[in-house]
Amino acid sequence: MSRITELFKRKSSKVLNVYCTAGFPRLDSTLEVMKALQDNGADLIELGMPYSDPLADGPVIQASSTVALSNGMTLATLFGQLARMRESIGVPVLLMGYMNPVLQYGFERFCADAAAAGVDGLILPDLPIYEFETEYGPVMRKCGLDFVFLVTPETSPERIRQVDGLSSGFLYAVSSSSTTGKDKDMGEQEAYFARLQQMQLKNPVLVGFGIRDRGTFEAACRHANGAIIGTAYIRALEGGADVGAATKKFLSGILGPAEASGAAKKSAI
Amino acid sequence: MIKERVSTSPDERGYYGKFGGAFIPEMLYPNVEELRRRYLEIMHEAAFQMEYRDLLRDYVGRPSPLYLAGRLSAKYNTRIYLKREDLNHTGAHKINNTIGQILLAQRLGKRRIIAETGAGQHGVATATVCALKGIECIVYMGEKDIERQAPNVARMKMLGAKVVPATSGSKTLKDATNEAIRDWINNPVDTHYIIGSVVGPHPYPDLVARFQSVISEETRAQLKEKTGSELPTHVIACVGGGSNAAGAFYHFLEEGEVELIAVEAAGHGIHSGMSAATTQLGKPGILHGSRSYVMQTEDGQVVEPHSISAGLDYPGIGPLHAYLFDSGRATFLSATDDEAVAAAFELTRLEGIIPALESAHAVAALDQLQLNEQDTVVLCLSGRGDKDMATYMRVMEGGNI
Repeated sequence: MSRITELFKRKSSKVLNVYCTAGFPRLDSTLEVMKALQDNGADLIELGMPYSDPLADGPVIQASSTVALSNGMTLATLFGQLARMRESIGVPVLLMGYMNPVLQYGFERFCADAAAAGVDGLILPDLPIYEFETEYGPVMRKCGLDFVFLVTPETSPERIRQVDGLSSGFLYAVSSSSTTGKDKDMGEQEAYFARLQQMQLKNPVLVGFGIRDRGTFEAACRHANGAIIGTAYIRALEGGADVGAATKKFLSGILGPAEASGAAKKSAI
Repeated sequence: MIKERVSTSPDERGYYGKFGGAFIPEMLYPNVEELRRRYLEIMHEAAFQMEYRDLLRDYVGRPSPLYLAGRLSAKYNTRIYLKREDLNHTGAHKINNTIGQILLAQRLGKRRIIAETGAGQHGVATATVCALKGIECIVYMGEKDIERQAPNVARMKMLGAKVVPATSGSKTLKDATNEAIRDWINNPVDTHYIIGSVVGPHPYPDLVARFQSVISEETRAQLKEKTGSELPTHVIACVGGGSNAAGAFYHFLEEGEVELIAVEAAGHGIHSGMSAATTQLGKPGILHGSRSYVMQTEDGQVVEPHSISAGLDYPGIGPLHAYLFDSGRATFLSATDDEAVAAAFELTRLEGIIPALESAHAVAALDQLQLNEQDTVVLCLSGRGDKDMATYMRVMEGGNI
């Protein structure tokens, strides 16, 4: 059973997945950020692989990728940093990024290196279903990596069923048809989450995009197994903030102080 | 290389050989899928065809002339016909596509148009058709390009378009494209994205190639009338993303005896680090939703190309061209900034035609071909040089270009 599946077996509500960009704010801060997230209550970590042209991301995450790239982050450097990840990180880790850098690295080599580092799954928003099924999915499965598809309010029920069948780990429900970082009224999205909930999908559902505080997190969790926070956390790290202090403050704002520190004890290795 | 027989259309998933496809995030899927499902059916409607053809004739000024350039031909000891896309309304071939796409957008019930632009030619062509149809128009343009292309920015504004600066990444065409795609993600219902070249996810490369194919459709008929044969020996066109080349090649793709010659922008020289010759410098990759050749670092980060011609200054190339390159069906040449400028002056002095810097790259390639008096060469003169006068003036003043 994969680390992600184990997590959802243990915890099926209010699962918190936090996105961070590898090599941001500093080239060597990747593990420090991941450790701070784990210690302050994140159940999963979505580690972004910076790319020059990140279509599915908003300006805040793109800016963090630009910083990471100018810091010198590459996939080879990242795998070097992740070699000892599992000595300190116990929570499941997904790599999120775009196809082009992964293809240049070599898809099989990429999957093998990710698996060797202890990465649990991948999110590649610009990998289409057909290419996943025919070309790339089998390579991921061979390496034991989960793959997470996205669905939006405009995704048809048939298509939701199709990607639910292909995904493993969880399904990533985009909370509105928007790039990350756009504020949307969560109320408008609730009917959509409820519809997903009624579909009795094979995979747990995490809601992403637009989650920024305790209110939006709680709202997302009412109809899903948890939520994904990206832009709001990257903002908290901007401007040279101390990673540990900024992460603690940010996550206690999302989870409440008691839950955040409680989670820290549970997840400590 | 073996010249295999090629088809004008991609397969049902949008692939030309191994290039193309639709590598898009799920947020874009409904928009792109709606377009994919409906574009052929709409384009084949008699009413659509009639309105499209009428506008091309009465508004754009088509058919564009096929002109036997006598003095240029004499210089190369051959027969060179210029396909005069420079005489179109708004000054280039770009309007063939925007006329088609605005009619398509209307039939899809869209009320808002977005576009990306580099030098501003596609932006102007889009703003023009939006004014024609009274539809809201937003053009994304790199912040750096807005500074460099003030006259076209003013034209777009006068036409009623809103010009939005792209401030992310390198602040040029590829970033303007990213911003336009993001806008589309955020406005999935009422907005149509008029992409300016044969790039992007399927069905865009095919859609734009079909609208531009009027160039080669006319060329065949005009050649038949002038020479008795529909087929030239050579067709030459410049390639950035590749829309004028796609249009100029389209109805000759399956005619194996016609040599297709694509001319890329070498900038300061292919290996100078300041170039936009994508087939020479790029590797297969994915950019803006399709698999093609992409100029990128070892780590797969897209690099900023360079050309004196903003219209060729793109780090990718349409998937059809990647396929023509890979299969050997088309020959890919390149011309440097200096060669293009020299060719622009030569054409101006020999024929009284001031070409766009993009088209001047195609003219410059004549020097690299072995032509003889039996050959019939068609050169797609994709645009006029009005927009490039600042560059030409610097050359005449003896300054650096």
